[in-house]
Order: sequence, then C-alpha cells, then structure tokens
Amino acid sequence: MTALVEVRDLKMHFPIHTGLLRRQTGAVKAVDGISFDIREGETLGLVGESGCGKSTAGRAILRLYDITEGEIVIDGREIGSVTQASLRKVRPTMQMVFQDPQASLNPRMTVASIISEPLDEHTSMSRAEKRERVYDLMDKVGLNRRFANRYPHEFSGGQRQRIGIARALALNPKFIVCDEPIAALDVSIQAQVVNLLEELQDELGLTYLFISHDLSMVRHIADRVAVMYLGKVVELASRDDLYARPQHPYTEALLSAVPEPDPAQAERQGSRIVLQGDVPSPANPPEGCNFCTRCPKVMDVCRRVDPAFREVAPEQWVACHLHDPEHAPAGAP
Amino acid sequence: MPEGDRSVLEVRDLNTVFRTRGGEVHAVNSVSFDVERGELLGVVGESGSGKSVTMMSLIGLLPMPPAEIRSGEVLLDGEDLLKVSPKRLREVRGGEVGFVFQDPMTSLNPVFPVGFQIAEPLRRHMGMTKAQARERSVELLELVGIPGARGRLDDYPHQFSGGMRQRVMIAIALACEPKLLIADEPTTALDVTIQAQILELVHDLRDRLGMSIVWITHDLGVIAQIADRVLVMYGGQVVEKAPVKPLFNDPRHPYTRALLKTIPSVTGARQPKLETIEGQPPILGAAPSACPFRDRCPLAFDRCHRENPAREVVAPRHDVACFHPSAHDPSKIGAEVAA
Repeated sequence: MTALVEVRDLKMHFPIHTGLLRRQTGAVKAVDGISFDIREGETLGLVGESGCGKSTAGRAILRLYDITEGEIVIDGREIGSVTQASLRKVRPTMQMVFQDPQASLNPRMTVASIISEPLDEHTSMSRAEKRERVYDLMDKVGLNRRFANRYPHEFSGGQRQRIGIARALALNPKFIVCDEPIAALDVSIQAQVVNLLEELQDELGLTYLFISHDLSMVRHIADRVAVMYLGKVVELASRDDLYARPQHPYTEALLSAVPEPDPAQAERQGSRIVLQGDVPSPANPPEGCNFCTRCPKVMDVCRRVDPAFREVAPEQWVACHLHDPEHAPAGAP
Repeated sequence: MPEGDRSVLEVRDLNTVFRTRGGEVHAVNSVSFDVERGELLGVVGESGSGKSVTMMSLIGLLPMPPAEIRSGEVLLDGEDLLKVSPKRLREVRGGEVGFVFQDPMTSLNPVFPVGFQIAEPLRRHMGMTKAQARERSVELLELVGIPGARGRLDDYPHQFSGGMRQRVMIAIALACEPKLLIADEPTTALDVTIQAQILELVHDLRDRLGMSIVWITHDLGVIAQIADRVLVMYGGQVVEKAPVKPLFNDPRHPYTRALLKTIPSVTGARQPKLETIEGQPPILGAAPSACPFRDRCPLAFDRCHRENPAREVVAPRHDVACFHPSAHDPSKIGAEVAA
C-alpha cells in the first residue's frame, strides 16, 4: 500500500514573548519532530494525554498553522513549505472534523449553508446542483433532509457532529483529520458517530487521522496507532501489536490506566502501573528522554540522551533506550 | 426500615422540577436510594439523566427558582435535610457532607491562595484558629498526595495542574471529616494517568477514613474499578440498582445491557462493529407516565407505552424498573411478550 500522507520531522514551536520589548525568550515545543506515514485507506490513531501536542500535530499536518520545520507530503504534493494562498487549491483533498460540534458550526448559518460553504468556495456548481449535493451529503451522514433549513442549536450533539462530518465530505476529500470527534458526546452517541465514520470510510475510501485520548475507542477504529508524549511520538505500531505487546513504558502505563468495565479486573489492582507526577511543561522539557521524569523503568542514560525512534520489530517503532542494544540492561527485552 | 441503622443517607421519592419559560422540566422523578456506611455508591447515566441534579437537590445546591423540589425525603442519619433551616443546612454542607465538583478549573476561587480555601471550612465548621487550621491544611494536602504541601499553601489555584487542583478540591471536601462525600464526575476532566492516581487515592482514603462516598460518572470503566454498588439512571429515574459484580455480569435493564455493549475495551476480542443505542435520551416536559426508555428500547411492548415501571427486586440487593420478563429472569432474553 502506498502512503497518502508522509510526515517527516515535523516541528511546531510556539514562541513565548516576555518583558517590555516582547522579546522571544523561549518556545512551547508543542510538536517536536514527529515522523510517520498514513497509508491510503487506513486509519491512523493518534493518542496521548491532553497537552501532548496531538491536536497541534493534526492541525499542523493540514497546515492550519505555519509550521516551524519539517516536510508534509499529502497525495504526492509537498505542502510543508508552500504559502497559505497556494494551499487553497490543495484544501479540497484534506479536511477536518473538529472536536466541539457546538463551537465549530456557525450558529447563524443554516445546516444547508454550512454544508454548502465549501462548495461555494471551491466549485462552480449552480444553486440547484449545490442543493442536490447538500441533500446527498445529509443522506450519507444520516440527517433528515427536512432539517436542511434549521440552525445548529436545534440539533443534539451527535447530530451536530454529523453536520460537521457532512461539511468535511462536501468536496470529496481523500484525507480527513478527525480531532477528538467524539470527546464531547455521550457514550451511547459516540458509538453511532464512530460507526458512521467507519461506514463512510468503506464507502468512499477515506483515509483518517483519528486523534483521541480514548484508547478503547482508538483500538476499535484505528488500523495503526501512534502514541504521543510531550510533543514526540514514542511508539507507532499496528493496532493489535500495540495493544497486545506495548513496547514503550509510557504506552504500557497508559494502557494499564484505562479503567476496564469489568469489576473482576479491578481486583487485580497489583498489576496496574500508576504513573507518579504530572506531564512536564512543553516549554521546558526535561533533558534526555521526555518521559524520564515519570518513567518507572528510567535508567541513567535516559536523563542524558534523547532516544532515537527505531524499528524494534517489523512495523513497530519505539523511541526508548530499553530497546536500544547499546543501552539496554542485560536481560531486558 | 431494617437497613435504616446501616445507612448514612436515605433518599425517598425525590422529585425535582425546573420551571423554565418553555415549560417545566422534570429532571428527577421519584428517585429513592440509600447509601450505607463506608460504601462507595456509583451513579451512572448519560448527560441529562438527572444524576447531578439529584445529588445537588440533596443539600440544596440548586438555585431555587428555577428549581423546585416537589416532594421527597432526604434523611442524613435520620434528619430530613429538605426540612431543616438554612442555618443548619450550611452546617451540613462542607461539615457533614463534602462535595467535589466536576471541573477543578472553575470550582476553586482564583483570587485566594489554596491554603486559605482549605482553611475556610475548618475555621467555619470546626471553630479552629488560624494557626490550627493552617496545620490541618498541611496534613490534608499531604493526605491527598501533594508534594511539598507546606510550601504550596500560599500558591494560587492557577499554579497547580488539573490533577493537583482536583486533589485540592478533595482535600477541601475532606477537611471536616464528612460522613458522606459526594463526588460529581471528579475525574472526567482529567487524563487517564491522572485519573488512575485519583482513583487510587480515593480507594486509599475510604479504607483509612471509612466514609461513605457517592461517585457520579458516565464512565462505566471507572465504576467497575471503585464502586461497591451502582445506580443506573435514565430520564431522571433510577432504572437499575445492584452491587457492582451483578451489574456488570448480569445486567437486567435493557438500557444497562445496551450501555455495556456500546463501550469498546482495550483488552479482549475486538468487535467488528460497535453496538449502538439508536435515538436520543428523552427531554421530560412532564412527570413520566410511561417508561422513559421505551423509544430506544429493542424490547418495548404495549405496556411500556402505557405505564411507568416501578423498581422491583429481582435478586438480592438488585432491583430493576422494567416490565419485560427478561429483566426478571435472564433465561428469557430474546423471549417475545405475548399480548
């Protein structure tokens, strides 16, 4: 399978200005050198805790920011360094579904005008064609055509997210970044939206970058999963490998922290890894490995040298000294 | 009541209604439950199921109007909190009943140092001097696991991270050693690794202090980890109540069953497609006259549209509000209802 999206060493730093002269005194390293491919037709899950830079990464890949450094190739076109004006032509192939359906829909526009706005911008369809296309899209995402002239506040959270999805689909994109599309929804509604995303993927051959902090939902929807911590990808593997055999201590801790809906598991508390402390600030990351301040398996070398991102098993990439033959302690994996 | 002396809190037939310009909203309908000494009662339900409103009604935290408690009894150690004077209620809040709110970002006052906010209930309810309260605040911060507690008393809430702020909230709620702690989605705004820390802390505190806890959440995973007994709420009513293991292993209400199926897991077999509950939760404009779940229920039959089921005991300490025979006898799952 060929890669639709290639991200190489992407960095997104936000400057910090302080003092009377607003001189730049530092930078928040929200995304600090991430690389991965997303293959055509697959779903790559991007997980991590809040503040790890996963949303920033998603937005940077679509060039909603002017990135600090790195290369982004989408559908064969390098978009990392081109100007925002020339990006407009590429925008139809890449779209986004936002987290908060309340905030990402204009409250003063009707559903029909929200969904057809991308058509106004990027196509020369006639009014009747656009209306047909809007109805078509509403059918696809399971919204009743009769509601086309209603306003977003008249819909529930799950329906609003469907409007957002219809808008993202309007221009027949190939690649959609879903930034926490289900985080604001109730459990029973989450499943409806996830099923819709999967159906659309099968039908239209879409490629997703699915950003979420919900590890169980990512396990359901993603083909491969990347785990981020403090601006870096610490592990990237196929879904089954990652959940069955996590290699990075952070992935392991993250998985064991997910409360399972099974009271029997609660009694096996001993097997649970509870990380101490909080995530360090991305403005001032620790020296060496970013995870060394909370890692239960920390070694001396971790506090000095930042581990490289290497392939430790076929298709399984990890950034950890434990898997580096040079530093790994004897007997370690 | 034979359970009377074992329960810290007994709630009987509580009804809360909001009066809005668009008409009335019946948020809590005939809710009854009790909390035993030293137990952790989990309350689950989707947003709008009335779980928070129920708990806020108990200690008069709802603005009235628009809220109105139509009827019911809230017995805290035999004393009806709905009938006591406002002065007594102020003594109960923070003194005998502690409350932890969902959002640690907005429930601390940003213009006072954390130490002051912990000391406030101590001085108000326990009559401590400033110095005593300060000493006790240090102990409390240490209890909830804040490193360097003494040095952090004069810090302001914005200097703490989300997890730390939630620990401060728990410290405030624990300050006067309440009989009952009500925690309203205390970990929902936190990350999983921080949530795991807080869950561990609460487990530990309950073992050490032996208080009763009511834990409101929509996350069934959290419930499975910490609760002793569970209330499932839907449409402002309790639809099922059971100890934690029967609830997960032998759920009887169709809503509970559906809810358990919709959540994917990080272990075990992966389903090709997620099960969904079609439709939306109801908005209750009037007191319910039929089962609130009928429109989304795969098992609904005529009777569900005519009457609202009462809770019936189906197993020891396990009751459920459903007419369908499978709720009463699990071997009848899939059975059709005649007539």
